[in-house]
Amino acid sequence: MQNTALLTVENLCVEIPTRRGILKPVDDVSLQIAPGEILGVVGESGAGKSMTGNAVIGLLDPPAHISGGQVLLNGKRVDNLPREQMRRVRGKQIGMVFQDPLTSLNPLLPIGDQLVETIQEHLPVSQREARDRAVAALDEVGIPAASSRIDSYPHEFSGGMRQRVVIALALCAEPDLVIADEPTTALDVSVQAQIISLLKKLCRERGTGVMLVTHDMGVIAEASDRVAVMYAGRLAEIGPVRQVLTDPQHPYTAGLMGSTPGASLGRRRLNQIPGTMPGLNAVPDGCAYHPRCPRAEAKCRAEPRPPVSGSASCWFPGEVKI
Amino acid sequence: MSALVKIAGLTRIFDVSKPWLNRLLERRPKAFLKAVSDVDLQIEERTVYALVGESGSGKSTIGKVVVGLLAPSEGSVEIEGVDLHRETDAAKVDHVRSDIQMIFQSPFASLNPRWKVRDIIAEPVAARGGDTKGLSERLLEQVGLAAGDADKFPHEFSGGQRQRICIARALASNPKLIVCDEPTSALDVSVQAQVLNLMSDLQEDLGLTYLFITHDLTVVQHMADTVGVLYLGRLVEEAPRDALFERARHPYTQMLFEAAPRIDAFGREVDPPKGEIPDPINPPSGCAFHPRCPLAIERCTRERPEMRQLGPARVACHMAEP
Ligand SMILES: Nc1ncnc2c1ncn2[C@@H]1O[C@H](COP(=O)(O)OP(=O)(O)OP(=O)(O)O)[C@@H](O)[C@H]1O
Ligand SMILES: Nc1ncnc2c1ncn2[C@@H]1O[C@H](COP(=O)(O)OP(=O)(O)OP(=O)(O)O)[C@@H](O)[C@H]1O
Ligand code: SF4
Ligand SMILES: [Mg+2]
Ligand SMILES: [Mg+2]
Repeated sequence: MQNTALLTVENLCVEIPTRRGILKPVDDVSLQIAPGEILGVVGESGAGKSMTGNAVIGLLDPPAHISGGQVLLNGKRVDNLPREQMRRVRGKQIGMVFQDPLTSLNPLLPIGDQLVETIQEHLPVSQREARDRAVAALDEVGIPAASSRIDSYPHEFSGGMRQRVVIALALCAEPDLVIADEPTTALDVSVQAQIISLLKKLCRERGTGVMLVTHDMGVIAEASDRVAVMYAGRLAEIGPVRQVLTDPQHPYTAGLMGSTPGASLGRRRLNQIPGTMPGLNAVPDGCAYHPRCPRAEAKCRAEPRPPVSGSASCWFPGEVKI
Repeated sequence: MSALVKIAGLTRIFDVSKPWLNRLLERRPKAFLKAVSDVDLQIEERTVYALVGESGSGKSTIGKVVVGLLAPSEGSVEIEGVDLHRETDAAKVDHVRSDIQMIFQSPFASLNPRWKVRDIIAEPVAARGGDTKGLSERLLEQVGLAAGDADKFPHEFSGGQRQRICIARALASNPKLIVCDEPTSALDVSVQAQVLNLMSDLQEDLGLTYLFITHDLTVVQHMADTVGVLYLGRLVEEAPRDALFERARHPYTQMLFEAAPRIDAFGREVDPPKGEIPDPINPPSGCAFHPRCPLAIERCTRERPEMRQLGPARVACHMAEP
């Protein structure tokens, strides 16, 4: 794993200095993605999923910044690259798909021009060839009659079609890694199924690695190979998706699964995790989950944090009964 | 059991024409959108009726007609035998209105930020000149918050807590029917679990009836007694929950169920649905689903299928079998 990883994130920390102290939206996160692998990232709102993705692609909004650890792409560090060089890595080696397709598209330019521009920026090809590639990219993501739609503007497409255009844009320079942050959250299930199936096909056929950020456990189960569960900026658990979802080792993962309606069928009541995730200015000592955890003991409330054992970062992993 | 809500031949049309000057210059006729088209359904007292369907299928429009926020263009809605839009006896209308409440998706938008929680909750009762002494405090406790929260403002609460406040307000006038429009769509699964459990408990304790609008099939499966499936403003299938999840009979319901991500379907390869939802201003002729339907025959392009009773279900499809 170590030397074949496409993306390696090691002990990544992100900090936001504020008047009331330093916030840590990403706190000591380590993960890897192999070529052709989809890593799902789940967790409640505010857990730090987007911040992690943004840190990997070097798109943190100041004052947020990487304060520790490193990010390696194909074995080379990218977290300390100068801004201009990182901009080239983004696009060429890392593609991005966000929840709102309009954030990635220029409303004033036909989609074809945007594709051609991106392709020519990253690949040494002629205008003609770039255009042919643009048509092929649109075709590949399932835009019907791609050659005649290439001069259309973003607003002339439906939401699902726009998201396909964004995927075409993210993939046209043939990146090794795609960061997809809630790419289907705003879409209907039928369109979501189309987009997820497309992402899976691209990974399989091209060996692209994907970080798929979502809060939908069903999407995670169907799409990802491995899953990382985040809580209060930290990794609660990471491992093969089937293992983590069916035999969770971390009480938080077990709690989340118990709260998910589809996972607890036939149960009259859903499992409730008491309380809410703490704000970043009030992350408790020791294990961040301890105030909500059914199995917390004195050890959990004190520093140091729980070590990683197996897939989970927990003093008492496994056999969680809820 | 008796029907609390009787919807018959309900149609709601919106005028989506451009301003008259544009129409004149561009020589365009007026444009109309049939958001709800000839829907018949009944909701039994003390049950949960879930309306599902993709974006734009007309779920919210039906909900708004039921609570009286929108008038029907054709057809009727009777609640406790009273048609709110035709009844001339003001006392009867007033009585029925106080029996109906609505909860919306966004717990942020639907609470006045400048009002104290006490006044927000008591408002529906105060507006009718009722006694509000201690009411908010009692309701806050009923929805799992503290009586002392009555003196706070909405911004001091989390999303899930705000939705509880909305529920408390909906309960204030002692309603029989609550129309819930995507009440948990903006919430994390852990918070959703708390709110869904609360809603189930209240339904049981107070004998409430819910019209539950959602696009999340796992939530439907958890909450509903009866499920109605909408496509382009038309009710295409209705069945008791278990019968529907055991076997959907309408090709659209089948497509929707197949496309929905499943938490136990690790690595499932779905054959994603073909095509897109058509333009609602110019819906397809005959059965609106025919351009995407794998079973469609020539008749489907001409003739709109009637609702037929097939076993436990009512289905609007020429080809569906019992
Ligand atoms: N500029 C900022 N100042 C202070 N806190 C911030 C800032 N930007 C983000 N945060 C906080 O950082 C944390 C992580 O945010 P992030 O967007 O990564 O969450 P997420 O897991 O993607 O959540 P969601 O599911 O809602 O998208 C959140 O608690 C958020 O409030
Ligand atoms: N006030 C309005 N004026 C014009 N068209 C409207 C209006 N309200 C709704 N519509 C249209 O009616 C159709 C049904 O809308 P509705 O909001 O009922 O759908 P929905 O099923 O609730 O969708 P969603 O899941 O997106 O909330 C849509 O095509 C919508 O654009
Ligand atoms: S009526 Fe015809 S087109 Fe419509 S769902 Fe049935 S078979 Fe398909
Ligand atoms: Mg996010
Ligand atoms: Mg709606």
